[in-house]
Amino acid sequence: MTAPDRKPTERIRSRPRRLSPRDRLTLTLMAGVPTVLTVGFVWLPALLSVVLSFSSWPGIGGIDTIHWIGLQNYRTIFTIYPQFTPAVEHNLLWLAVFFCLPAPFGLFLAVQLDKQIRFSRLYQNVLFLPVVLSLALIGFMTELIFSPTQGLINNLTGHAGQHGMIDWLGDPKLNIWAVLVMACWRQTGYIMIMYLAGLKSVDPAMKEAAALDGANQWQTFRHVVWPALRSINVVVLVITVIESLRAFDIVYVVNKGTNGLQLLSVLVTDNIIGEASRIGFGSALATILLLISMVFIVPYLITVFRKDQRG
Amino acid sequence: MTAAMDRRPHPRGPLSRGSLANSAAEHGRTAARPPRTGRILLHVFLIGTSLVWLAPLLYAFYTALRPYQDTAKHGYVSVGGHYGFANFTAAWTQADLPRYFWNSMIITVPALLITLALASMVAFVVARYDFRINIALLMIFTAGNLLPQQAIITPLYKLYQLIPLPDWLAASGKLDDSFIGLILIHVAFQTGFCAFVLSNYMRTIPAELGEAALVDGASAWRQYWQIVLPLCRPVLAALATLEFTWIYNDFFWATVLMQTGDNRPITAALNNLTGEFFVNNNLISAAALIVAIPTLVVFFALQKQFVSGLTLGANKG
Repeated sequence: MTAPDRKPTERIRSRPRRLSPRDRLTLTLMAGVPTVLTVGFVWLPALLSVVLSFSSWPGIGGIDTIHWIGLQNYRTIFTIYPQFTPAVEHNLLWLAVFFCLPAPFGLFLAVQLDKQIRFSRLYQNVLFLPVVLSLALIGFMTELIFSPTQGLINNLTGHAGQHGMIDWLGDPKLNIWAVLVMACWRQTGYIMIMYLAGLKSVDPAMKEAAALDGANQWQTFRHVVWPALRSINVVVLVITVIESLRAFDIVYVVNKGTNGLQLLSVLVTDNIIGEASRIGFGSALATILLLISMVFIVPYLITVFRKDQRG
Repeated sequence: MTAAMDRRPHPRGPLSRGSLANSAAEHGRTAARPPRTGRILLHVFLIGTSLVWLAPLLYAFYTALRPYQDTAKHGYVSVGGHYGFANFTAAWTQADLPRYFWNSMIITVPALLITLALASMVAFVVARYDFRINIALLMIFTAGNLLPQQAIITPLYKLYQLIPLPDWLAASGKLDDSFIGLILIHVAFQTGFCAFVLSNYMRTIPAELGEAALVDGASAWRQYWQIVLPLCRPVLAALATLEFTWIYNDFFWATVLMQTGDNRPITAALNNLTGEFFVNNNLISAAALIVAIPTLVVFFALQKQFVSGLTLGANKG
């Protein structure tokens, strides 16, 4: 990716004939087997999601029971499927909150912890700890903390009694916020570590030079550190979007993603493992999810790999 | 993001003066630093944040230490009564945790090893040879890893039900509800991330190292196995740590592709516990903490690898 990386590939390129037939076979297998697996289990289903989205299929019985119904699924989703609008709204809210809280706060923490202060490693570990916990587990902790009668919050604030009880998990206007608090708790550490890695690449001499020139801390950050973080910002942006679209585990544990906690990911799941298995309809929802994520994945890949080719 | 930072009410002003003045001195020695108010404020802030961050875990642990009867009587947010590890032992035996742990291991360990093996092979081909399809190949893997799982689950679920497996390979007789099925999807999904990270790393290994072997007529396989792979050990360790937690913590694949209870990995099995022990939050807390132990152990034992694994991928943006 940097200049010296260029050399090895060029050397090898200069004598491609050294590859014996045997080596060719080895290399083909080495790249081929994983490719077949990834294409077969990831890309083929992704493509089939698109194909099946134009069909109606209860999922029971063979492939011959598939009916092709054109855009009917999409029409239904956009007009009369009551779960769709709240799900999109919640996904957008999730994205907005992830973008406004864990991203800047993770950056802020990273900048503070990068200052060579004492116990920095300890603080880092504590803040990073939730990242290693599974989201399903964080779903349980959400109940422990936000349960209206037994939860930590209501008991500490005196809202656990019969009067003035705040139903954090049952009220469809409130529960998404309770869940988001816990999601942010985990996400912040993740973002913080990314930025800490990025900050290591900032030349300390530059910061010192800025300090000698009389720049205050904010000016140093704004004009020296922030520009150097550009590539990490792209990563954080993509992580934030992808994690928001993938959000599933916490809400599923709390109430299976119903009653105020609908998300696109939950709707897809509901349509295949719920009572009524609707493969075509679920695929149409999945296709929408796929398209949204591709809007972010494709530009990201182009940025990453274009830089790659330039060397 | 910049706008949001401006608005944030944190005590950036008072902090900045003290710590910036220090930063020049820090490069020499850290021990003899004069205690400045800025530093103290920063520590106060970080200690406060850390306590808030630990609170949910500590509260879960505190709840798990108390018997259900006590919290039913005094409320969950209270002190007094008995404390002990009875909930942990109860969760271990009553909730059948050993079996689900075993399930998780049967899935996680092979999935991890196969992922690293396959990813390193792809990375080797892409990074050390100059074929025309290299970039496209790497893109297929990297983009695949970025897709939301739900975008591919519907057809995958159907395919899993349609693909038969011999009984000795899967008790269910098909890919659905089988360990193999879960291992395969983890491998297919996670190879992308590992291949991306490994290929970036392998590119930094000088070509000279391979040339001597090439002159001696070493095969491509020997170059991979005896020269490149040993040099990748630190990255492989980092990725192994990271992938272990990702695969172990998986909830979604297991929920959809492993619907019969007995074969479920532990995170998905935990979900059934809430139904079973409904109001007994004490027992559920204990079970949840037990489930977290493997990843916590991995984290504390291998923090360095863990963090570098994450950042290796991030740095290359």
